[in-house]
Amino acid sequence: MKSKSFGRGALLLLAIVLFAMPWLDKNSSHISAYADTGYIVLLAFGLNIIVGYTGLLALGFAAFFAIGAYTYGFLASPQLGIHLNFWPMLLVSAAVSALFGLILGAPTLRLRGDYLAIVTLGFGEIVPQVFQNLDKWTGGPDGIAGIDQPHLFHYAFGFNPVPYYYLYIAIIALSVWLLNNLRNSRLGRAWMAIREDELAAQHMGINTTTAKLSAFSMGAAFAGVAGVLFAAKLSTVSPGGFDFNTSVMILAAIVLGGMGNLAGVALGAVIIGLLNFLILPQSSNWIHGIGEQLHVSSLLNIDLNAYRFMIYGLILVFVMLFRPEGLIPSATRRAELHAELDEEPAV
Amino acid sequence: MALLSLRQLTKKFGGLFAVKDLSLDVERGRILSLIGPNGAGKSTVFNLITGIYRPTDGEIIFDGRRLNGLAPNAVAAAGIMRTFQNIRLFAFMTVLENVMVGQHARMHAALWDGALHTPLARREDAEVRKKAFGLLDFVGLRGFADEWARNLPYGMQRRLEIARALAGDPQLLLLDEPAAGTNPAEKHALMALVQSIRERGVTVVLIEHDMRLVMGISDEVHVLDYGEKIAAGTPEEVRHDPRVIEAYLGKGA
Repeated sequence: MKSKSFGRGALLLLAIVLFAMPWLDKNSSHISAYADTGYIVLLAFGLNIIVGYTGLLALGFAAFFAIGAYTYGFLASPQLGIHLNFWPMLLVSAAVSALFGLILGAPTLRLRGDYLAIVTLGFGEIVPQVFQNLDKWTGGPDGIAGIDQPHLFHYAFGFNPVPYYYLYIAIIALSVWLLNNLRNSRLGRAWMAIREDELAAQHMGINTTTAKLSAFSMGAAFAGVAGVLFAAKLSTVSPGGFDFNTSVMILAAIVLGGMGNLAGVALGAVIIGLLNFLILPQSSNWIHGIGEQLHVSSLLNIDLNAYRFMIYGLILVFVMLFRPEGLIPSATRRAELHAELDEEPAV
Repeated sequence: MALLSLRQLTKKFGGLFAVKDLSLDVERGRILSLIGPNGAGKSTVFNLITGIYRPTDGEIIFDGRRLNGLAPNAVAAAGIMRTFQNIRLFAFMTVLENVMVGQHARMHAALWDGALHTPLARREDAEVRKKAFGLLDFVGLRGFADEWARNLPYGMQRRLEIARALAGDPQLLLLDEPAAGTNPAEKHALMALVQSIRERGVTVVLIEHDMRLVMGISDEVHVLDYGEKIAAGTPEEVRHDPRVIEAYLGKGA
């Protein structure tokens, strides 16, 4: 019981810190970086369903992110002259991405391991290319600009990062609730059973094809929601934001944090997100500052952003070497079960 | 009518007969053992019944229904559950979760029920959990409910596989070498367990090499050699059948 109340206390503290962040940190570009970290968390949650729970190696996950973002771009911008409301579009884009998850999954989920990875990798490459080349509708490489930004009653979000920051927190909190429920549901157990032993899972009465399809579409739905938020905050989408690098970044986040465990995945995503949006750009600035002070011109040319994939690579290598289960690996829910054992009468 | 009937069941791999013209009836409430030397086709029979392999020829009739061509999950839903010769537990799930997965086909909660934690999902989960604890009691693993399955010692893993299979409310339970690798005390406990499974109204088909166990609990024994049935009868009859002795020990033994 002690550890449970400790967990509650830590959670409360985290909630207070997250809530107070815009007051603690007045720098608006920092808040923007925190908000952008939010879509990395949502993408990592989605990919975790596919890779962490169900054990299917999907590599081109950014494609579903792109589909969600472009769906909102088409239906809420001057591009096609359609301006649908932001809030229902969260669900519409989730549904469209989920549908594409089904379309990709239906023919490919018979494949195992490496083969599935290659097909999803291809899908991840094709989708941004399609958006780039259908320039009649998508604006080609320039993408769609002037995408509608959300209103809440009469409050316009605009380009102020603070409301997006809070919106991400609200949606992530809701996602944690949904995913925790799913993890401990009939379907969640079926997903994990497939990951552990697909043949045995099938012999336990699990239709592995539909279970895998539901994992794929559920994961894609999270990416769809992330896409809408991403497009709305930036007010623009272009094919460049959805390349293989993004897919790798998400995969790195869940491996770093601890595949299969929601808290671990969130932590990994926050680390990768902050590294990407805050720490690398900021430390480049610091190095430039030091260079100016010391009159060392070579320091002025250093751009740590150029090294980000080397850094992700190093992180993955070190995680594999020293903590292959990730920072917070899946626990056995020991405390919870012990509590139940004591309460439950012998059957 | 027999619970399970195999009629001229045949499975060919290339030009080789793994199972040939096997006919066999499993009556309700019995313990039937399949024995035979290694490679005699015993596990292939289980794999045919549970839908891993499609029969080359012949029929599988279960509870009046033809099972040929059904996928393993449909066979499980029809009421046949099994264990595996090489233990196939869900290693990184808890002992309790393993048994809960076994009830999958008996549950109805859909994706949104689980995600939204609807009353249906909550009620069903409570029932499934309670039943899983009951089954863990039955096989003597209740105290290990929150361990990862992989952390159990070998003998307990075998018992967990049985509990997981029973969780699917099978009419017919297929046990593939449940005593393999267990010590004499565990074997003894296993005999008692199989008998109490039968007392719960579950029909059992057993593949086993341990003759003491087979002869001790079987109502009938069927002997396979090179995919064909060479003898069948009570344990006593089979034990003295010259063809069986020859299959096991060679000619002139």
